Amino acid sequence: MSRPGDILLSVKDISLRFGGVRALTDVSFDIREGEIFAIIGPNGAGKSSMLNCINGFYHPQEGTITFKGTQRRQMRPHEAAAQGISRTFQNIALFKGMTTLENVMTGRMLKMRASLAEQAFYIGRGRQEEIAHREKVEEVIDFLEIQAIRKTPVGRLPYGLQKRVELARALAAEPELLLLDEPMAGMNVEEKEDMCRFVLSTNHELGTTIALIEHDMGVVMDLSDRVVVLDYGKKLAEGTPDEVRGNQDVIDAYLGVSHD
Amino acid sequence: MLYREAGQFKTSYSADQAMLTIPLDRVFVVGLTIFAIVGIPLLASEYLIASILIPVLILSIAALGLNILTGYCGQLSLGTGAFMAAGAYLAYKIATNITWMPIWIVIPLAGLCAAAIGIAFGLPSLRIKGFYLAVATLAAQFFLLWLFVKVPWFVNYSISGVPTAPPRSVLGFDVTGATATNEAKYLFVLAFVIALAWIARNMARSRIGRSWMAIRDMDIAAELIGIRPLPTKLSAFAISSFYCGVAGALWAMCYINTVEPTAFDINRSFQVLFMVIVGGLGSVLGSFLGAAFIFLLPIFLNSAPGWFGYTVAGDTITHIEFMLFGALIIFFLIVEPHGLARLWQIAKEKLRLWPFPY
Amino acid sequence: METLYLIFIDPFVQMVVEPAFLAEVLIGGLMSGVMYSLVALGFVLIFKASGIFNFAQGIFVLFAALNFVGLMDLGVHPILAFVITIGIMTALAFAVDRLVLRPLVNQDPIILFMATIGIAFFLEGFGESIWGGDVRPVRVGIPDAALFWEAGFGEILVQSSDLFAGVIAAFLVTVLALFFHFTPVGRALRAVADDHQAALSVGIPLNNIWVIVWAVAGFVALVAGIMWGAKLGVQFALSTIALKALPVLILGGFTSIPGAIIGGLIVGAGEKLFENYWGVPLLEGATEEWFAYIVAMIFLFFRPQGLFGEKIIERV
Repeated sequence: MSRPGDILLSVKDISLRFGGVRALTDVSFDIREGEIFAIIGPNGAGKSSMLNCINGFYHPQEGTITFKGTQRRQMRPHEAAAQGISRTFQNIALFKGMTTLENVMTGRMLKMRASLAEQAFYIGRGRQEEIAHREKVEEVIDFLEIQAIRKTPVGRLPYGLQKRVELARALAAEPELLLLDEPMAGMNVEEKEDMCRFVLSTNHELGTTIALIEHDMGVVMDLSDRVVVLDYGKKLAEGTPDEVRGNQDVIDAYLGVSHD
Repeated sequence: MLYREAGQFKTSYSADQAMLTIPLDRVFVVGLTIFAIVGIPLLASEYLIASILIPVLILSIAALGLNILTGYCGQLSLGTGAFMAAGAYLAYKIATNITWMPIWIVIPLAGLCAAAIGIAFGLPSLRIKGFYLAVATLAAQFFLLWLFVKVPWFVNYSISGVPTAPPRSVLGFDVTGATATNEAKYLFVLAFVIALAWIARNMARSRIGRSWMAIRDMDIAAELIGIRPLPTKLSAFAISSFYCGVAGALWAMCYINTVEPTAFDINRSFQVLFMVIVGGLGSVLGSFLGAAFIFLLPIFLNSAPGWFGYTVAGDTITHIEFMLFGALIIFFLIVEPHGLARLWQIAKEKLRLWPFPY
Repeated sequence: METLYLIFIDPFVQMVVEPAFLAEVLIGGLMSGVMYSLVALGFVLIFKASGIFNFAQGIFVLFAALNFVGLMDLGVHPILAFVITIGIMTALAFAVDRLVLRPLVNQDPIILFMATIGIAFFLEGFGESIWGGDVRPVRVGIPDAALFWEAGFGEILVQSSDLFAGVIAAFLVTVLALFFHFTPVGRALRAVADDHQAALSVGIPLNNIWVIVWAVAGFVALVAGIMWGAKLGVQFALSTIALKALPVLILGGFTSIPGAIIGGLIVGAGEKLFENYWGVPLLEGATEEWFAYIVAMIFLFFRPQGLFGEKIIERV
């Protein structure tokens, strides 16, 4: 059920090495505007490395990444964030000493312009921005149904809620491309259902393009418009969930194949 | 029973983001401030003002400064004393060479100089973090003190090397040097304390405070959501050093009335660090509680045996003081890393529910 | 021009003109460097095994020396005093593990670091309230005579206690290296240093290992304390000097035993050379107070992991 859309992000011939280890080899794919795009593959296939390349944390030795028509080779993570890419992490990377509200407010950081003096005296933009962005943040908080934990330090929250706060922080930045690194890992069935609902409504209601890594094949097949399969840092297949499911290479990679 | 949150609804985000959201808190803080401005100078004894309130208030400013760097931004500093010294020596230099400049400008200006120096020693935070940085701040501690002692320019080539603070006045009242009355000095210091505490609180609830805390809690994640690590850390270094510089300048001008290196040695750095740990990492209120507690504890230890008719050798007191400080640090880090401020908060929460347990 | 000459040319001319003086300065520097190395060694042991940056290592040196000297002053034979002090340091390691490290397990490194500052203050007060705060000489029969060594270019003055310290340090490092590589405990320690959880899962008891490491660090502190005490007397100033182990570690790398040794020698020799050839003539002296820290700070820009440290790879 692939929807038509312009190409938002194009990854071309990316190779990434750590010393002698080849994490990614000549990987290419496109992510189209408005779709949910899944990256799957066995452990160690290079999925997280791929996300890290896209948002500038790792710098691939070869290949190019084109986002919104601008090609770039190397960029710092905060530049990627400024261009509209935000993400969540495999291991939760929240700011544990801060409340939910403060964590989500950090997602608005790049949109704030108040000078140091305005912040220090809480006047002018310093005050206006805090209130204006608080309103935006409250919308996200309502959207993800985390009103009740607004003022709780996130370190005290259970795992499932922390994942949701992390998504809230990423959404608060109003990204054009949202990268989700195993958003359902370690969740029970109910939490997974909630999270699927949030991912889908983010995509449908906010129109955000989503690229996600997930191990739960049921989730991937239900959610995503298109799928790319990585194995040992190489691309095995790309296509709709149904196409990928039928691909012999993919079945071999997942089930193992005897080479005799 | 009066101290309640229930039934006090906030109708705007603006109200919810106010500094003190509970009316009784607001009344309490405003009342305390007015009492500090009007009541204390009229009621308190000379000893209380000159030997306790003034130094505690000044050290609170230094503790606020270190708390910004260590408590909010997570970068450890063992060089607080050096940044205080920078403020003290440069305030003296500016005050004696640009005599027309009002003293209430001289002191923040000295703070700015300290901030510039703080940035220079904060630069290694580009490559390293947390406790590795302690070495850079130790470099500041030893190098700056050596510099101020060895370069006579800083003290206008004074023979003794320990010049006295010049008398300067605000609104016709002397506020610095030996000629000023204790009340005037106290009010002068208090003005800085109120302004700087208010500014610290504002920064803590604004973007800059959140970016410091983000760097503290998880620097990589902070970078990935768009916070640039170096400018953020350097801003914490600069503002922290500004606070320490102002504290050092006030210490020399309004408390000890001389500019001398021993006031700012490494023991001062540890003293302020202890204030921050005991008071509460990442808390404005804690900086005040910690400063008062750590400053008063030795005074208490020295006089307590006398109340019961014992005499204890000064050495022994010092040893007990060391042991007690060490044990307190460990105790607070284990039991309550948010320090006295958190204990105060817990007490308030209990009070809010009183007389019901839940 | 004049200044440039004094900074860049004259010191080297002096070195060539008076090689005997240069040699004395160098030897003196290397010997104080040995002391820094010994303190830094204790840091590295603990850092490798538990990731804790033990600020109290300097005080350990003072505390061990105070106990040793105190016992000897009570008339205990040096060898017995040595053994008892090792016992005390082991008990201390045990107490630190139970009372400080265990309650703080899984905390931020910066919190643990501050806790070790607490340990340092507590021990300083504790040691001095038991043994008093006076300077105490150490008499364990380390020969302390001035030796004159006839080199080709002149006569060099060497303290025999310095030579002795150098030999002891070399011996200690060899023993530790053998201990780490050839004993089961040593292997367990290296396993723990690599990966706590993996070590636990193959049945290495983590808690005992930490006690052992802290006890070994205490032993190294005792040796350093005796050496240092023999030179300067046991006094509070030892703990301030021991702070210099921090820049030594920046230079050598926090996880490398050879790094601690070489870093210590570089710092020791460097600060003496700088003091004698640049500090005294140009900067009114006392540059030893800060030289090591400033060098370490500059070093941090170019090689934050130190000369021998492992490169840090960040991942999310």
